[in-house]
Amino acid sequence: MKILNKWPKYYKKDVVTHYCPGCGHGIVHRIVAELLEEMDLGKRAICVNPAGCAVLAYKYFDIDVIESAHGRGTAIATGAKRVRPDLFVFTYQGDGDLSAIGTAETIHSANRGEHISVIFINNAVYGMTGGQMAPTTLIGQKTTTCPAGRDPKFQGYPLHITDVVANFPGVVYAERVAVNGPAGIQKTKKAIQTAFQCQVDELGYSIIEVLSPCPTNWKKTPADSFKWITETMSKEFPIGVLTDKRGSGA
Amino acid sequence: MNKVFISGNHAFGEAAIRAGCRSYFGYPITPQNELGEYMAENLPKAGGVFVQSESETAAINMVIGASAAGARAMTSSSSPGISLKQEGISFLAGFQLPAVIVNVMRGGPGLGNIAPAQGDYFQATRGGGHGDYRTPVLAPASVQEVADLTFDAFDLADRYRTPVMILGDGMLGQMKEPVVFPEPIKNIPEKEWSLKGRGNGPSRYMASLILDTMEMERHNWELVRKYQEITKREVRYETYMLDDAKVVAVAYGTTARIAKAAIKRVRKEGVPAGLVRPITLWPFPKKILQELAQRVSQFVVFEMSAGQMVEDVLLSLEGRGNVHFHGRPGGVVPTPLEFARILYREYQRTVKSGS
Repeated sequence: MKILNKWPKYYKKDVVTHYCPGCGHGIVHRIVAELLEEMDLGKRAICVNPAGCAVLAYKYFDIDVIESAHGRGTAIATGAKRVRPDLFVFTYQGDGDLSAIGTAETIHSANRGEHISVIFINNAVYGMTGGQMAPTTLIGQKTTTCPAGRDPKFQGYPLHITDVVANFPGVVYAERVAVNGPAGIQKTKKAIQTAFQCQVDELGYSIIEVLSPCPTNWKKTPADSFKWITETMSKEFPIGVLTDKRGSGA
Repeated sequence: MNKVFISGNHAFGEAAIRAGCRSYFGYPITPQNELGEYMAENLPKAGGVFVQSESETAAINMVIGASAAGARAMTSSSSPGISLKQEGISFLAGFQLPAVIVNVMRGGPGLGNIAPAQGDYFQATRGGGHGDYRTPVLAPASVQEVADLTFDAFDLADRYRTPVMILGDGMLGQMKEPVVFPEPIKNIPEKEWSLKGRGNGPSRYMASLILDTMEMERHNWELVRKYQEITKREVRYETYMLDDAKVVAVAYGTTARIAKAAIKRVRKEGVPAGLVRPITLWPFPKKILQELAQRVSQFVVFEMSAGQMVEDVLLSLEGRGNVHFHGRPGGVVPTPLEFARILYREYQRTVKSGS
């Protein structure tokens, strides 16, 4: 008998998550937990979780987890990985955390080429605090702090931070994916697997940006949220590999 | 080991390495740059990790990561940079993670200047960052003591799982003195609580977010019990010429050195002056001051600030004795003669009042 699906070893059982219906976090959590098992990393893994919706990730991942102050995840990961290079260290961060308050930590950990893996959940809003404008909010997108829609004259433009760090020599792999349906989810898993493998192979820094639905704050149904990622959000943030320096000796 | 002639900033670094510190994260700021430079040169030779961070904020968070992963970790800065570290120090306290933070104080507020000052006393002894917590604060007064207290700070941090602040100033950092260093530590006890991957055991987490108010309160009281334990066991101070003293100076760090010279000077003029030098600023040495107040009526607090530790002296004395304050903020280093004049004047008041 072929087992088609089973509960991932490093995902806690009998726990109801606090995530809203249709949220992308649950999907990406599941992917991460599956990969930790399939790649045999769970026993030596440390997850640095953010301030943001995923602040409670330690309740779901059955691995060692340390919470970070808002935006500081990659600095904490740097400290842990430098003193224990044998550990597998990854951060799990949102767009406010990674590309607003943590911009300096993101840029410089990437530029140092720290041997860490970064999972960057981009849902174009501050989710946990109730849907305020994020650096990644699209032009014209309405949020509680740009109620008339984001106007670049006053609020600037969506920040493409993954594209920025992809240019750095120390960033071995950067890819933007989307959890907007079965195909996107499969691609997301493949991308995160590649990023994790970069750390296993001691190649350097890797980052996977995941366009992820936030139906509650987008005020859309889960199905419409998937559609909005496909038709609108991925026009601003095109999915695809942003850099791949594996094999270039970077 | 032989005596070496070394600056305070270098002594912080050498003592830390001897105490088993194998990770240092810092950002340049005067007057403590030689400490980071010493670590860049010597920590890798000892098998340790040196990272020059993009900011003081990043540095303290790297310390959090290294400490969580079980390493003895250190960062250092000077006043404006220490303000930036306060977010991380609050998290260290909340996570109950050990770390050693050196503040080589300079004049302030704002950028202030790069001269020696003691204006960060409140920040250091009241927690400094947000939330209900304290950090033990050690105040060396010589380069020898820089070495000794830095060595002890790592043990203290590990024993109580708390960040420990060493509060020096630009004078101590830049000054060279002969030092005998402690012998290097051979074995650091394994930190059972550290994150090292779950292996085959249960997973662990470190979180400072505790949404349940009753749980958060329980965590706060747990911290308080630890602080009570530290207050009971770890108070340190030095006394100087107190036996017959009628005027008692209270001063710490560099200011205490100057006060000692002033006391020597006025004693030649027949003024029975003495000194209490707090070595731990938190926990503050209350008891010795309370005991002295039973026979001494004149206390003089010297600080290189506009008056901060004087509040702890007043709180300790609980209304007993007369407390006079003399401070020089802004990076001005007072002279022994200046202090001597104050001590002389306060003694004359005692004589006149017949107490």
